[in-house]
Amino acid sequence: MSLIVEVKSLCYTYEDGTQALKGVDFELEDGTTVALLGANGSGKTTFVHHLNGILQGSGSVVIDGLPVTEKNLREIRKRVGLVFQDSDNQLFMPSVIEDVAFGPLASGMPRAEAAERAKQALDRVGLSGKACKSPWHLSAGEKKRAAIAGILATDARLLVLDEPTSFLDPPGQRALGELLASLPHAKILVTHDTGFARTLTDDAVFFEDGAIVARSPIAAIVHRFGW
Amino acid sequence: MRHARVERWSHGNSVIHRRHAASRILATLILLVCVATLTERTPAACGLYLVLLVIAVVAARLPVFAMLSGASVVLPFALCFALVITLAGDPVQAIMLVVRGYLSALAALLLISTTPMPDLIAGLEWLRAPAFLLQVMQFLYRYLFVLIEEAATMRQAGMSRAGSIRALQFRQASAAAGVLFIRSWARAQAIHRAMVSRGFAGRIPTFRRMKFAPADGAFIALAAVLISGIRVVFR
Repeated sequence: MSLIVEVKSLCYTYEDGTQALKGVDFELEDGTTVALLGANGSGKTTFVHHLNGILQGSGSVVIDGLPVTEKNLREIRKRVGLVFQDSDNQLFMPSVIEDVAFGPLASGMPRAEAAERAKQALDRVGLSGKACKSPWHLSAGEKKRAAIAGILATDARLLVLDEPTSFLDPPGQRALGELLASLPHAKILVTHDTGFARTLTDDAVFFEDGAIVARSPIAAIVHRFGW
Repeated sequence: MRHARVERWSHGNSVIHRRHAASRILATLILLVCVATLTERTPAACGLYLVLLVIAVVAARLPVFAMLSGASVVLPFALCFALVITLAGDPVQAIMLVVRGYLSALAALLLISTTPMPDLIAGLEWLRAPAFLLQVMQFLYRYLFVLIEEAATMRQAGMSRAGSIRALQFRQASAAAGVLFIRSWARAQAIHRAMVSRGFAGRIPTFRRMKFAPADGAFIALAAVLISGIRVVFR
């Protein structure tokens, strides 16, 4: 199986001098899922922001065979779908269908095809009845599903979900888990919720102080780090 | 006036709602220009514009009283300036200022009560309004309520500790406003990151395409004749 993510010696320091990543090495095979665990501020979110070039540190990040460089950013962003922790930040268009169609339209897809893709994606996440609603009319669970639909409407091959269960009630978390399990994409889950992660994968890495200190089954990480 | 109510009205299905958004925007613009040029010598024109707006409200199947009272939201501001003008010795101008302000507010309220915001933006885009202005409108519409929610949460947090909002000192309130500004800034950065990650490259692509029908042209022509006709007759 080919590698969808290949990261070598990734380092990143914020402008205030905080060294957020200290030589991260990471690989993910296509079609597989991994959970990123670790304390707040351990570097998980900073790491995933490198996967589609929002942040660019030193070292190398290769997505689906393409190095993450300025020249490849457009293509990289088509392949990596980031679902942010706060869906309100992600759903910025005035209606749900326009938001879902944003990615395809931004990538140059014709309007009719983008609209069709958006409808299919909304159908897949069970939101076809909310297409014309304003995002601020949706519940937290619906917002999360709409954000995922926005990624499904694109040609993304890797889904990166930052704290996907935050703001969701238990039924919303279960529904999200079922939806994600039904998707064939490679997935990276940034989460504190090991119970939720276990419904999707057994593979986890543990971040500590800007570095990956372990990669093993979730149960082993929970046991080793008292998580 | 509650935003949710206006938004519900904007999704109606009257003869006004069915017109192309651009035709409603143009009709409103013509009315605003004519109202802005009203003078103290044209009280009849003021009355006729009010009648015209009420007819449009009825045609749009909107509640007349709620619309008339909703437009009065501008009155406190207009009255402040009117007071200054009155004290300067020109009470007639002061009255005209209030009348012009009220008619303009009613016209604007009618426009947004018959045009959902995405259609309004699409209509302005159809009229070749600057893309930057439309993006600002779009984001304001989308995030105003998120910010209001954040402000409400901060207010509740303050009240829960201070006992009541009155107990909050000016200094604390101004500090809270500063925090709200910083939160808004942080959110703006987060939104920008999300946009960039989804392929934003400086331009928001258009999704809606509205068809301009002959009836829309007829609507603009009728509105232009009626509105400018009143202005010309009562100059």
